[in-house]
Amino acid sequence: MSMAANAYTLQIRDWSFRITPLRIMLFALTLGFGLLAVYRLIVGLGATTNMNDRWAWAYWLILDYVFIALAGAGYSMALMSHVLHVQDVHRVSRRGLLISLLFYVYALVILGLEVGRWDNWYRPLFYWGYHSPLFEVYIAIIFYFGIQLIEFSEVATEKVFKPANRYVQMLLPAAFVLGAIIPFGHQGALGAIFLAMPNKLHPLWYSSMIPWFYVLTSFYAGLSLLILEMFWSNRLYASGIDMPALHKLLRVGACLMAAYFVWKIIDLYRLDALGYAFAGGFESALFLLELGGGVLLPALIGFSRWGKTGTGLVTFAALATMGLILNRANVLYTGFYRTLGPGYTPSWIEWGVSIGLFAAIILAYLFIVENFNIFKAAKH
Amino acid sequence: MTKSVLLDLTQCIGCGACTVACKLWNQLEFADGAPATGEKAVKDHSNWTTVTFRKVQKDGAPVWRFVKEQCLHCLEPACVSVCFAKALQISKEGAVVYRPDLCVGCRYCMLGCPFSVPKYEWQRSLPNVSKCQMCAGKIAQGEVPACVGACPTGAMTFGERDDNLALARQRIEQGNGRYINHIYGEKEAGGTRWLYLSDVDFSKLGMVTNVPEVPIASFTDDYLRWTVPLLAGGALLFTALRHYTKRRNDIESSQASQKESKKK
Repeated sequence: MSMAANAYTLQIRDWSFRITPLRIMLFALTLGFGLLAVYRLIVGLGATTNMNDRWAWAYWLILDYVFIALAGAGYSMALMSHVLHVQDVHRVSRRGLLISLLFYVYALVILGLEVGRWDNWYRPLFYWGYHSPLFEVYIAIIFYFGIQLIEFSEVATEKVFKPANRYVQMLLPAAFVLGAIIPFGHQGALGAIFLAMPNKLHPLWYSSMIPWFYVLTSFYAGLSLLILEMFWSNRLYASGIDMPALHKLLRVGACLMAAYFVWKIIDLYRLDALGYAFAGGFESALFLLELGGGVLLPALIGFSRWGKTGTGLVTFAALATMGLILNRANVLYTGFYRTLGPGYTPSWIEWGVSIGLFAAIILAYLFIVENFNIFKAAKH
Repeated sequence: MTKSVLLDLTQCIGCGACTVACKLWNQLEFADGAPATGEKAVKDHSNWTTVTFRKVQKDGAPVWRFVKEQCLHCLEPACVSVCFAKALQISKEGAVVYRPDLCVGCRYCMLGCPFSVPKYEWQRSLPNVSKCQMCAGKIAQGEVPACVGACPTGAMTFGERDDNLALARQRIEQGNGRYINHIYGEKEAGGTRWLYLSDVDFSKLGMVTNVPEVPIASFTDDYLRWTVPLLAGGALLFTALRHYTKRRNDIESSQASQKESKKK
């Protein structure tokens, strides 16, 4: 990609952006997203999506769950780098914060298209439905998004509005502490949303423990995505692989995955639901794939010596990320299938919106890392 | 005071007058392909109440039963507790009512309702949730809901919930086995304001029977009560850890540099 022969660089003062054929395609997809999003807002959900009264939560909501969870690097980095001051990790902290910020933008834009009355989005600020886990998600994400903007403004003010940097520095200690703790609240509450569906969600996934599972899985998923990002950016920019830092992420990730695996098995045993895992049917198969291929296998790789090699790290991280995606999709789709029945597959517009917006996020990432100091170690 | 309707399914003849009265009073659309009565009655945004015809086995012979369904108006409704915008509220008389001006359209109520009652206006560009309001305006004026008033057989009794429960028990006791010994809505989801009597099992009538006997809110409250203290405690802990780990690292690095300088 970076080696594209017919690439040229757009340069305006000290801002630069390489234009390659692939990036032009990403721009086209972004434009497509914009058109589809406007169309969706004008004509409504029924004409653009395949959602219906039974499948009232569908593909777009799965995306929200997946992206918020994969954005876990934001709070895992704030915690490991700026609260616990774990050695080596601070060098990759900015990468984690950036992925997190972009993934929250993705999730919030999708959410804006997914809700029916987006024009009333501010109402819960004045009418507190505090008995709802969703209220906690709402308040915490609004608050945390502000925190992430403060965290990123440290990076931004190194290049623009430079005099503001010293004021941002004053806010940072509080921002890092809050940025480490608040996501525990909404990651957990995202799981707690399902507590209200005891007679609908399949027993392989329904548990009073689901909020804690959601916190735990998002924490290691964020670390996994950060590992993938480092290898990917190294391919694009030869920015280097920080092995000591990645080994720290690997060790923490593998330990959390092992803990999750054991906890999940014990929990199924406690709820007398372990039998469903081997009952046959597609629920069992997808559950075993999720827990075996997406949790146990990467955890074992993480503890092995091979796991510390480049290929091992990428395999670990890719499996863990896939496991997280499968888990969120399993809860929202597989787990409800028995109750809601057949009759939903995403429409082409639902796919188009999700792909086009992802293209936009990639472009934003490329622009930011090419114009701001993300890869070099932060001073903290 | 909490108003209630006792619906005796053995007295329903399936005429569908209740569904028509409901649509007229609430100004709901009559749509082709979405009948409110019959074997293929459709529950959707314009059919707040439906009467589904069901052929069921009773004492070894097939019989027809007519099942009127609508929002059950729970005593502690899941939709009210899961709504993060307070768009679902309980009126003074006990009707679970919807306020579209507050609704963000997240549709958590549709998934959170153990009976899957709320429906959505999918075809509108700014859609609302849609469900039976128990004719809240009418009952606030001391009238009965439109469906109750339209019933020609008197299958529905509108009154205080305690009175209706007593009446239901009395009918079961005096019915000499005519009714099954289950008042649907007495315990479901912590109790509902609509109560049903039947002579065949409710699961055979397509009604949701795997509902917990405690309010849905109890499942979420058990978790939510911990979040504020945990987050506040976590913030304090993290602040302390931030200072402790920073100081520990500073001391370690200064000791390391001292050793280095001694070697030299």
